[in-house]
Parts: sequence; structure tokens; C-alpha cells
Amino acid sequence: MSYDVIIGLEVHVQLQTQTKIFCGCSTMFNPDHPNVQTCPVCLGLPGALPVLNGHGFRLAVKTALGLNCQIAPYTKWDRKQYFYPDLPKGYQISQFDLPFSHDGHVDVEIAADAKSGKAASSRRVRILRAHMEEDAGKNMHDESGHGRDSKVDLNRAGTPLVEIVTEPDLRSSEEARRFLEELKLLLTYLDVSDCNMQEGSLRCDANVNLHVHQPDGSKVATPIVEVKNLNSFRFTEQAIEHEIARQWKWFQETGIKLGDKGGYKSTRGYNPDRGETYILREKEEAADYRYFPDPDLVPVLMSESQVAEIRREMPEAPALRRTRFESEYQLTGYDAAVIIDQGREFADYFEGVVKSCKDGKQAANWITQDVLREIKQREQTIAEFAVRPEVLGALLDRINQKQITIKSAREVFGELLSESDEQSAAPSVSRIDEIVAAKGLGIVEDAGAIDAAIAAVLGRSAKAIADFRGGNEKAIGALIGQVMKAVKGADPQTVKEKIIAAMSQL
Amino acid sequence: MQLSHEHVRKVAALARLKVTDAEVESLLGDLTAILDYVGVLNDVDTTGVQPMVHAVELHDVLRQDTVAASLPRPEALDNAPRSDGEYFLVPTIIEG
Repeated sequence: MSYDVIIGLEVHVQLQTQTKIFCGCSTMFNPDHPNVQTCPVCLGLPGALPVLNGHGFRLAVKTALGLNCQIAPYTKWDRKQYFYPDLPKGYQISQFDLPFSHDGHVDVEIAADAKSGKAASSRRVRILRAHMEEDAGKNMHDESGHGRDSKVDLNRAGTPLVEIVTEPDLRSSEEARRFLEELKLLLTYLDVSDCNMQEGSLRCDANVNLHVHQPDGSKVATPIVEVKNLNSFRFTEQAIEHEIARQWKWFQETGIKLGDKGGYKSTRGYNPDRGETYILREKEEAADYRYFPDPDLVPVLMSESQVAEIRREMPEAPALRRTRFESEYQLTGYDAAVIIDQGREFADYFEGVVKSCKDGKQAANWITQDVLREIKQREQTIAEFAVRPEVLGALLDRINQKQITIKSAREVFGELLSESDEQSAAPSVSRIDEIVAAKGLGIVEDAGAIDAAIAAVLGRSAKAIADFRGGNEKAIGALIGQVMKAVKGADPQTVKEKIIAAMSQL
Repeated sequence: MQLSHEHVRKVAALARLKVTDAEVESLLGDLTAILDYVGVLNDVDTTGVQPMVHAVELHDVLRQDTVAASLPRPEALDNAPRSDGEYFLVPTIIEG
């Protein structure tokens, strides 16, 4: 028997607002000072009235547009009722039957895997809906096991969230992780969320089950399990892997399928230390949240022109930018992905360099190798990196103009960096030319000097010449090296051609 | 709609209310009276009428994203049955 893995995700994303969704309390992450960012609205005190954060709503619409969703012309707010200590009102303000957006998709590219021989593939993940809601507070449990009180911090209560619900379109834990990575990249490009997982800005629930192939060609579904509150991509991947193995073993032992007695949908948590999921609750029927429209909040209308206005403000989505980099700058898919995946500022840096050196390939080489290595070593963001794009672009332009060699350019680059470390100031374009002049790195076009050096080197290199003539083409490398050493700044290609010409006349 | 004892018990359980059999009996009468009263509306012919989502004809009431003063912590915690001066205290939560 074999099976297909069926995965759908629900992702909660915290929007980047200054204030909460329905009140003016700060949304700052502030765990060390509990309960200092609350007011009658987010505490749920009687008589307090919520008012929607207009900026937060626009960020939510931007998010949905990035997910290729339809924006509803009319949306409203509903109360989802349940009891939990982190939910002071006894209900969460959410959206039930008229979410502000629905029916989108995200395309996910999955790289080839050399080890298993798996080819690269892509998966379109449909988005069922994205709706807005308020976050709950945070419970802190007594872990002593002595049954002491739990503590509640309501600083987070009322933080604006978008809940993104996918269709069950994902087919492996790797696809789920790749979807989350692509989602995070998109949301950070759009500047709608910082997606800081340590601070809980992006949280994921995974719905997992198996469709087991039967001998007669039909398929049987195992009971659906929702794994709650996964707060890292790695844990999401691990939890799904564990769940697949656990469900497969359970199905083989019991044959219980979805809908059978004992085959109800259940909710589980994930323990990363044990690498296992554990049961939270088993339900015979869906939880009864008794949704009803919140009379305290009025609907929001979005005209087509308002949606168009928000669309105009949106930056290019990472997937589109990746494709454009490949076609406009002749980058490989790999290079384009490396640059895009570093985030929007990094991609902007790349385009800044291309603008001044007019050579996408050269810029990509330097940025994905030299620049990336340096900022990692310095633990900097690209915005903090001392060599600004116009300076790096000017440096690369001097290579293309055959004013300096690539090797010399690396020397200048290193010099610019160490100078900026000492002076903590960003180097200027003119500094490039000063360094080139001071170190004598300019390509020497003085044919006489090069010819003289070649004659001298050939005169003492009978063995290398013989080796080269005997078919060992590598022997010429040593000759080029000696000439370059004698004439700093000579163009290696020119030197090579001249040596070959000189040898043929010996 | 005919309300049953089970309906009443379920609604009570969802609201975390403990009700005695006698209370179920009397609540059944009360709730039935309320539903019957509202049920009068079922007689109105609503063919072709758009469903109403909100009783107030306002929309797009929005707030600027500007931070306003929050309550000082002592005031925030003041109405809680129990606190430790920093957190609200609640009986131990068993996860799940």
C-alpha cells in the first residue's frame, strides 16, 4: 500500500501597525513589562467600544492582494465565542461568513534534490480565504507541577492578525516549509509584517492526513489531525513528518479511517524536544463557537478604485521580481533566487549596482559571493554595509572598462572595507581611483613594458615552454603569473595572448 | 423551532453554566417564549430583500494608527479577582 500526504495550513500573521486593531494601545513586543499596553477596549471592560485601525485594514488588503486574493466589496466583523483566560471578553472579534478576502494562490518552487534524484518542481497552493482578527493575550503556565496559578499578560490582546487559510494542496513537509518561506518572503517584501517568529509574528497550524491507496484503486482517508501553534519552519516540517509516520503506523494497526468511530478530527501539539506530536483534544463534532455579527463594529466597504489605489502602492512581488531578474539581467535561476531570497533591500542593492555598472551577471557574481560573505562575517544587514551600490557599481564598471583586473578590483574592495571599518564612514567613488593610483593597480597598456617582461620571463623558462609545447597547457599559467608580477596591473588575457604569440616566434 | 431539554443543556454547557434539572425545565419555558416572540418576524415576506448585516447604516468607521495612552498597570489589574501586581492570576490552566 502507498499513500498521498494531504496538508493544509492556517497561518496567523501579525500586521506591522503601531497600535492594536480596535484601540490605541501599542503593539510593541514587551514581555518584560506585562499588562502595561491595555485599555478598557482590549481588556473587554463593559461599555468600551472598539474602532477599526484603518492602517491595519489597508495592510491586510495589501497582504491579500499579494496572495492574489479577491477583495470583498463588503466585509463585516463577527464574535467567536469561547472561554480561555487569555481572551478577556469571552469572545474574539474575527470574521466568519464575509471575510475581507478570498480565493487566491501562492506558487511555490521546490528545488531539485541531487541526493534522491528528485527533479525541481513547482506547486500552486490555493488560498481559501484571508481574514482579519484580534490576537489573544499570553498565558504563562506554572511548570513546577505543583498546580500553582497561571499568569496572564494581555499586552498582546488585540494585536491585529491576518489568518491565511490554504486549501489542502500541499503534498509533503518540504512543500509546507517552502510555502512558509515563500509566504514570509512575500510579506516582508510587502512590508506588512516583520514575520519575526521568535516574537510570534508568524504562527502556523497544520492540518495533516493521508489518502491511502487501496488495491481496488480507491483511496481511504486517515483521520485529520490539526497540529497547533508551530512557531518555526523547522518545527512545522518536523511535526508534519512525525504526524505522517504516526498516522501511517496507526492506520496499519487499526484500519480506522476518517469518520469511523475513533476516527474523528483531533487536535495535537508538537514537542520539539521529543520530536513528537501529542494529543490536545479529540472531538466528535466541530467546536461550537456560536459566531454572530459584532454589533459594536460597522462593516467596511472597499470600492474597486480603493483596491486599485492600494495595488498601485504595492512593490513588485518577489516571484515576479525573480523572473524579471532572469530575463532583464540574464541571471541564472539560482542567482536570481539567492538575491531575491535575501529580502527586498538586498534585491534593491543589486539593482543599484547594476544601474551603475550595466552588467547584471558581473553584479550578481560579486553580490552573491563577495558582498554576501562580507555582511555575514560582519553580521550586518545590507543597509548597514559600508560599500554602497553606486560605489560597488563604479568598481565593477572599471573592470568592464578594462581599467583594472578582477583581481585588482578585489584588492580595492577589501581596501575600501578595511578603511570604512577604521573610519566608520562609507567610502566614495573617488576613493576607488585613489586606491587604484596609490597601489599602481591600473591596467598597464604600455605594450613595451609587457613585451620586455615577457622576453625576460621566457628567457629563463625553457622547461615551461617545452611543457607547453608538449601539450601541457597549464604550464602557461606560471608564465603569466611571472609576467603579471613584473608588470603590476597588466591584463591577464592580453598577457596570455602575447606570451603565446612570443613563444610561436621563438 | 421546538426547543428540547438537550438544547438547553447544550447552551448552558457552552456558556459554562451549571444548571439543575428544575432550572432546565424553567429555562426551557423562558427560552421558548423568547424564541416564539422573535419568531413573529418569520411571518414577514422577505422575498427579494437583501439580508441585513448590521442595524446601523454606518460603514467605514476607522481610526488613525496613532498610539494613545494605555491604562497604568495597577488600574488594568484593579478589577481582576486576583493578580500579583504584574500579571492577572487564574487557576492553573491545563493546556488543551
